[in-house]
Amino acid sequence: MDVSWFLVLSAFIFGIGAAGVLSRRNPLVVLLCLELMLNGANLALVAFARMHGDGGGQIFALIVMVIAACEVAVGLGIIVAIFRRRLPVDVDELSNLRG
Amino acid sequence: MWFQQVMFFVAGIGALGGAVGVVALRNPFYSVLALVAHLVCLAVLFLLLQAEFLAAAQVVVYAGAVMVLYVFVVAYVGGSDEPLRPEGGALRVLGPLFAFVLVAELCIALLGSSLSLIDSQGGDVPARFGTPAEIGSLLLQKFLVSFEAASYLLLVAAVGAVVLARRRRGLEEDETSGLSTEAGGQPKGAPAAAKSAGGAGTVRPSGMSATSSRLRPEAPGGNH
Repeated sequence: MDVSWFLVLSAFIFGIGAAGVLSRRNPLVVLLCLELMLNGANLALVAFARMHGDGGGQIFALIVMVIAACEVAVGLGIIVAIFRRRLPVDVDELSNLRG
Repeated sequence: MWFQQVMFFVAGIGALGGAVGVVALRNPFYSVLALVAHLVCLAVLFLLLQAEFLAAAQVVVYAGAVMVLYVFVVAYVGGSDEPLRPEGGALRVLGPLFAFVLVAELCIALLGSSLSLIDSQGGDVPARFGTPAEIGSLLLQKFLVSFEAASYLLLVAAVGAVVLARRRRGLEEDETSGLSTEAGGQPKGAPAAAKSAGGAGTVRPSGMSATSSRLRPEAPGGNH
């Protein structure tokens, strides 16, 4: 398969994730859609690594997976803290920092 | 050759379907399951790109460990169905539109680039490309700094998650007292009424059953 097919697929996955981040209200689902965007970027990185025959892109993708795991740990911790404080689990209602 | 094409289209459609499922499904629990399917399909695509170690790590770490964390949090927070946006929200229309523009722009940027190898299967790769040995030697030689930074980041994230999600003693007590006054309706009248009702229930020797006298003090809160 041509590398361009993989790149177009990664663009679509990234776009679907971006749409979800912008239009969903549950912070859990927003985190899931962030994962989608990171995975789209990962697919592009691996495709470019294959294109150039260079392992550096795969290392980059591996580090992105580490970043995603960290983001999940901290984000889910924040959601659990929100739930414990009986605040609404909804990104529209959590607007205390709005100026 | 044809096997690779069939696998690409099967896995690609699966990945796209999983991604749409994550965004479109109303119940967060089903969204997590759709993301698991998406990740497995993505691992197949990684295999097609000769990233064997990355595909294994994707399935084991991502679909295995991280998604279990998600499932636990969804079960804890309670994955309630999300109500539709009441006022219709401009972001609900503009979000998909923005995403469509983003995809179009990305496709133009990717396919319009004059990269010579983009319409081929990719350049020649060494035999050990993507194997654990190659990844390990690259991580510990060429990319040692990023490897160490990632390990420190994982440590900080683990400590941060524990600090964020831990049970704070003083804070919880404040919240429960605040909650009880909120649930009681009138903060001053309701506890007094409940107390008098409870007193009447215990003084009364017979005539009312024990369960009804126990239910009695909660009546003002229930009316609220």
